[in-house]
Amino acid sequence: MATATTGVSAAAPQARDTSRDAAQKRPSGRAFNVVAGIVLGVFAVIWLIPSLFALKASLSSNGDAALGAGTVISNLSPTLGSYSTLLASGDIWDWYLSSFLTAGVTTVLAVLFASMAGYALSKLRFPGRRLVFAAMLLGIMVPPQVLVVPIFQMLDGMGLLNTYWAVIFPQVPTVIAVFVFKQFFDGLPKEFDEAARIDGAGYWKIYRQIVMPLSGPIIAAMAIITFVGTWNNLILPLFVVSNPELMTIPVGLATVQGSFGQRYADIQASAILGALPLIILYMVFQRRIIEGVAGSGLKG
Amino acid sequence: MSAPTLPRQSSAASSAPPRTEKTSALKAEGRAGWLFVAPFALFYLLWLVGPTLYMLVTSFFNTSLVRPGLGSFAGLANYREMLTRPEFWDALWHTLYFTILTTIPLVVLSFVFAVLANRVRRGKWFFRLAFFLPYVLPSATISLIWVYIFTPDTGLWPAAQTLFGFDATAILADPATAMIGIAIATVWWTLGFNFVLYLAGLQDIPRELYEAAAVDGATPWQQIRFLTIPLLSRTTTLVVLLQIIASLKIFDQVYLMTQGGPGISTQVVLTLVANTGFTDNRIGAASAASVLLFVVIIAIAVGRQLIERRQERRAA
Repeated sequence: MATATTGVSAAAPQARDTSRDAAQKRPSGRAFNVVAGIVLGVFAVIWLIPSLFALKASLSSNGDAALGAGTVISNLSPTLGSYSTLLASGDIWDWYLSSFLTAGVTTVLAVLFASMAGYALSKLRFPGRRLVFAAMLLGIMVPPQVLVVPIFQMLDGMGLLNTYWAVIFPQVPTVIAVFVFKQFFDGLPKEFDEAARIDGAGYWKIYRQIVMPLSGPIIAAMAIITFVGTWNNLILPLFVVSNPELMTIPVGLATVQGSFGQRYADIQASAILGALPLIILYMVFQRRIIEGVAGSGLKG
Repeated sequence: MSAPTLPRQSSAASSAPPRTEKTSALKAEGRAGWLFVAPFALFYLLWLVGPTLYMLVTSFFNTSLVRPGLGSFAGLANYREMLTRPEFWDALWHTLYFTILTTIPLVVLSFVFAVLANRVRRGKWFFRLAFFLPYVLPSATISLIWVYIFTPDTGLWPAAQTLFGFDATAILADPATAMIGIAIATVWWTLGFNFVLYLAGLQDIPRELYEAAAVDGATPWQQIRFLTIPLLSRTTTLVVLLQIIASLKIFDQVYLMTQGGPGISTQVVLTLVANTGFTDNRIGAASAASVLLFVVIIAIAVGRQLIERRQERRAA
């Protein structure tokens, strides 16, 4: 592969120099790239406008935000009034706590269980392995959103409604993560665990002390994606939690539209506060998140 | 059922002499395998298989939230009711309408943006930020933002319409356009996902192909038409099918932005399910509607696996 690359690229400039046609095509290629950059830049700016507009509105007074888009954009004296109102009122802290707890615990359990199952499917031969694999292939197709009514009833039967567990348990089995882990473990050299086996290490020890430490990037990617997905889940906590103190961020935000009425700056500030932890997570782990999403094809 | 015992037999046969030691080692491996799978399997059975079966069962009963137990046997009455109720067909049509409205721009735009971004040397992080960041935000945040943008008269949307010489409209308040408003917000929200999948697909196309095409005098447009599009066909299949499945499951944006209104103009299958189950307390009827949507989604997911398998075989 490497030799082919150098061969072609070394030959290419000569070919361009000798052929007058190609020499004329080259500037047009460059012009195309410039146009591509401009067109894409325009769209990127369009894509940024809604977020920036919401941010600007959240930094206005409620009165200015209600006056309309023109006032919001032209107003040059930003205020943090809405943010201090929200942070002082306390509801948002309850929502943060619920979201951090449920998303955090779900992520730990989901990544632990999925990586264990992925390890077994990748490295261990056990009776029923194919059956488990087939069950996973089926499970990947099941849309959890459609199951909200029976999940509600099961939680009701177990007396778990209005607890954090009601939000956590149903989100733990993330089938796609099992496949991602299995695929990653398949690529790990066999020698590692075989050497450890000869040294008398048990499977749990191999998983914990050899396989897991080698899997940092994939664990991080799966953890972030699970955390973001759980944080953003609306339909499950909306129906299984009604106690305001247990509301997660999306459920809390869903009540904002009705309860805040015309307080548009407060509404936009709460929308941004609710997303803030994820925005920070994105800024810090941009590459991991994008690789993880592209690698697993996860979609809500 | 014979498959699981196969590896044990074959490896036991291949290592004849220290038989007992080997078989006990294999037994240990088998036990370890199940112990490693067990926690996941438990949650999988309880929270994916369990609810699916429970949904199937209750769809044949007059189950209600206000009475304990399954209720009386209903046979196919719940299905008959749903399939003859105009409300259900409306919701199904709105779901399909939303799927069409979102899938086409989400596939075409993300493809175009990714191809363009791939040609730009600098500032890729900026495009990724602009297009992908919204995808990380909660649906509740994007709904609050877009409802504010769509505010009649004073919002950014009517202001932009006036600026470009159109009549300002109350897009979410008009039954004829409310779903279009939800679709616009959704396209803005989730385009980044497809964009990233296409960028990953583009990375797999060897640069030499473009260089060779340029040497042969292919214009950039010809390169895209005859190289990029055919070579990305697998990614396109994936993106289209994932997009259709995701759009059919639409709930959040409708619940948050219009609550199914004005009237029932944006009522989709999952909001109908939630209303029937949690507002009317009619679990049986809600389950029947869920099963119908479930079947459609599974059919598309099975189709996806079949198509992917065929593509893999052709590529191999």
